Amino acid sequence: MMTHKAGEHAAIALTLDGTPVVEQAPTRMLLSDFLRQTCGKTEVHVGCEHGVCGACTVRVDGRPVRSCLMFAVQAAGHHVETVASLGTRDDLSMLQRQFHEHHALQCGFCTPGILSSAQAFLEEHPEPTEREVVEMLTGHLCRCTGYRAIIDAVLACARERKEGTS
Amino acid sequence: MKPARFDYYLPATLEEALATLSELGSDGKVLAGGQSLVPMLNMRIAQPAALIDINGLVDLDAITCEHGALRVGAMVRQATLERSGPALGQVPLLAQALPLVGHWQTRNRGTLCGSLAHADPSAELPLLLSVLNGSVEVHSSRGVRTVAARDLFVSFFTTSLEADELIVAAYLPIAPARRRYAFNEFAQRHGDFALVSVACAVEFDEQGMLAHLTLALGGAGEVPLVVEAADALGRLLDRELIAALAERASTACDPPSDHHASAAFRRQLVRTLTGRMLTALVPQEEAAAT
Repeated sequence: MMTHKAGEHAAIALTLDGTPVVEQAPTRMLLSDFLRQTCGKTEVHVGCEHGVCGACTVRVDGRPVRSCLMFAVQAAGHHVETVASLGTRDDLSMLQRQFHEHHALQCGFCTPGILSSAQAFLEEHPEPTEREVVEMLTGHLCRCTGYRAIIDAVLACARERKEGTS
Repeated sequence: MKPARFDYYLPATLEEALATLSELGSDGKVLAGGQSLVPMLNMRIAQPAALIDINGLVDLDAITCEHGALRVGAMVRQATLERSGPALGQVPLLAQALPLVGHWQTRNRGTLCGSLAHADPSAELPLLLSVLNGSVEVHSSRGVRTVAARDLFVSFFTTSLEADELIVAAYLPIAPARRRYAFNEFAQRHGDFALVSVACAVEFDEQGMLAHLTLALGGAGEVPLVVEAADALGRLLDRELIAALAERASTACDPPSDHHASAAFRRQLVRTLTGRMLTALVPQEEAAAT
């Protein structure tokens, strides 16, 4: 049984955006803080820190989860993907480009979390209804857009993915 | 918004987990999906001296059928249940209740058994266990026991589990062929805690009379409340009976008053939701006749 006394650091080996990483962290450190402060992934945004706002959402083994509701030590041995795994400034992913084209973000605080959720959502729901997109988005708070443009961007991405595969 | 320090244990076997729980007693808190516990740790509402993380117990991540029930292990995520065709077929109420639990993203971590152990009276899954008359399998280093839903929930966030006990699985009875279910709730926003929730299981005989009725309420007291309804058996579920049951439900419950809603409003919600839910379950031929 692995045991760490309060205040002790644990060695955490995980795959982060496709790259193997080994870092030390105290066991009480949240995955969100670990990704930002220890691994330098400041694209993981921290909002409410109790699982409501969705800003810190990342994919763990492909599934979107709240990184503020996991401890870093729990990510050991798992694949963690932040929004950085989707695309880069010069080479946006299809979903990111659709967000750009639909003006689906304004301040950008909620965006990395929403992109992480929406990417996993589209892989699981290749032909989503608008209702299903809205249900997925209930797990995220955005105070700028009113959500309409985000829904349109996700639906447009689903259409583009479908055209690409047919 | 950062958790206080805690000792962290990651047992590799159930025996290790139970021995650790037994050694730590009430200083130890079990961490499964963490979707209720970690917010409480972050806000320091809870500051346990130690966390026992059961995410390493892969044997507990299994859904099986045993003794006429779906046995859902303690590490089965809500999202896994939601995507399991056989599970939803055998316990169709899961398909109605699970989409109401938190959000799609939190269900990827949250577990059924964790929600039962947390015993939030406004949560959907304790109500689901209650209306199905399910049970949990509880282990400790002292032995194994089965606890029925009605004996599990004691008060707000309080179960009858001892400090050294762990819920290893939940048993959800497999639906009899003619039984039908409904789950309905009122929340201010989808994914929020419901102000109140109602659920029921009904069965009609060949004559269209009630052969089974379990009616239960969530968020309307300290624990999920099963409303006494034995006198409705053998009767037609007509408008009069539905109104009487809705009235009984609203007076039987003891909902809290808070800044979201007064107790009186919650009682009114119980009456309305119960009436609507039962009306939707009336067999079509009777609905046409009345």
